[in-house]
Amino acid sequence: MTANRVPVLPRGVRCHHDKVRDANVLLAPEKVLMLDGTGHAILTSVDGNRSLDRIATHLAEVYAAPKSAILGDVIEFLDDLAAQRLIDYADG
Amino acid sequence: MAETVRIPAPLALLAELTHRCPLSCPYCSNPFELIARERELDTDTWADIFRQAAEIGVLQLHLSGGEPASRRDLVELVEAAREAGLYVNLITSGIGLTRERLEALDAAGVDHIQLSLQGVRAETADYIGGYKGGFDRKMRVADQIAEIGFALTLNAVMHRHNLDDLPRTLEMAVEMGARRIEVACVQFQGWALKNRGMLQPSRAQVYTAKATVAEARARYRGVLAIDFVPPDYFADYPKPCMGGWGSTGLNIAPDGTVLPCHAAETIPDLTFQNAKDTPLSEIWYNGAAFNAFRGTDWMPELCRSCDRRDLDFGGCRCQAMALAGDPAATDPICRKSPHRALVDAAIEADTVPAPGQQFEYRKL
Repeated sequence: MTANRVPVLPRGVRCHHDKVRDANVLLAPEKVLMLDGTGHAILTSVDGNRSLDRIATHLAEVYAAPKSAILGDVIEFLDDLAAQRLIDYADG
Repeated sequence: MAETVRIPAPLALLAELTHRCPLSCPYCSNPFELIARERELDTDTWADIFRQAAEIGVLQLHLSGGEPASRRDLVELVEAAREAGLYVNLITSGIGLTRERLEALDAAGVDHIQLSLQGVRAETADYIGGYKGGFDRKMRVADQIAEIGFALTLNAVMHRHNLDDLPRTLEMAVEMGARRIEVACVQFQGWALKNRGMLQPSRAQVYTAKATVAEARARYRGVLAIDFVPPDYFADYPKPCMGGWGSTGLNIAPDGTVLPCHAAETIPDLTFQNAKDTPLSEIWYNGAAFNAFRGTDWMPELCRSCDRRDLDFGGCRCQAMALAGDPAATDPICRKSPHRALVDAAIEADTVPAPGQQFEYRKL
C-alpha cells in the first residue's frame, strides 16, 4: 500500500528556520524552498520512522481535521518532492 | 520619476576561496587576471564573512574556486560556515581530495558536494581539463564520495567536444549515486568567450541534447533530477542572469572583492568594494556596483516596455558588454535586440572551425 511507505529526508536536505525572513525553509542542493504552514507541518513529521499513514494520523490529531483529506495532501506534497529527489521512500 | 527599488536580502554566497586549480579548463569562470595565493583572504576573514552573510539573510554558501581543495584550511572553513548557520555546498573537481580529507569534511558538516565532470572518458576529460590523469583521480574520488554517502550533484559542463556523450553522462551520474545532475552548456564569458570557436556546439547537437534531456527526465523521474542549462546563443530570449542583478546572490573573489556575479569585473566603470574594509550589508544594500543594474530604471526602452521584463530582467549585463559593448543594452541573445545579428553571425562563424585551432587554456 502506498500509505505504508516511510518518507525520509535524505542527506543534503534539511528544514531550517530562517531568522532574517522569519520563515521556515527547506534547504536542498542548489535549492531553497519557502515552506507554508502545511508544508512545514508535514516535513517536521517526517522522522524516518512514521509511514505516510501515521503522518496523516498525527497531523489529523494536531489540527483536528479529517485524516482522509490530510493523507491525500501529504502524499501529493511528498511525492512531488520525491520526484525531485528531495524525499526518499523506504518500504513500510 | 525614479523608481524605488525594494532590495531583497541575498539568499546565496559564492565564495571563490582561491584561484589555484590543478585543472586549466578553457571555459573557466575565473577572470583573466587571476589572484595569486599571497593575496587570498585568511581563514578568520572568511569566517567573519560567513557570519556576516548569515546575518544579512544568506542561507546557502557555495565554496568554490579555482579548486577549493587547494586551500589547506578547507575543513576549518566548512566548520566556520556551519557554525554561522549556513548550508554548505562544496564545488570541486575532486582533485586534491583524499579519503581522509573527505571524512574530515563530512565531520565538519558539508551538506552537499557538486562534482564537476569534463568528459565521460579519460581521453576527452583530460584534454578539456588540461591535466593528464585527472579523470582517473576524479573517478576514485567519486567512489569515495558515494562510500561516505554525501549528497552529490554531478556538474557536467557541455560543449562541442562532449555533447554527443550526453546519454552516457546521465548514466554515469546514476552510477555514481548522484541524486541530481546539472547539464550546463558553456556560457560564453571570459575564458569561454576566448575559446568560443572551439566550444560552440552545432545546431544539430543542441537539438539532440534537448530531446535527450526531455526523454531522460521521464525515464529517470524519482532517480535523477536533471537541471538543463541550454546554450543561450541558440535561444530566442536571454537567461534571467543571477535571477536579476543584485537580487539573489553575491560572489566574493579570493582577495575579498565583492561582486554581483563572477564576470562583473568585465564591465568597465563599475567599482567594487572589498569585504576586508566594508561590511557586507553596506556593500549589498548601498554598493554602487550592486545598485548599477537593479530595478528597471537602467533599462533601454525595449526592455522596460517588454512583457518579459520581469522574467529575464533584460538578460545578462556581462554578455551585453561583451557582444554589444554596452552593459546597459538588451542582452543580444534576445530576438528583439538590435544586436541579435552578432549572435547569429557568431554561430555561423563558430561552426566552421579554423584549421589548426587550439584551446587557449586558463593559466595563472
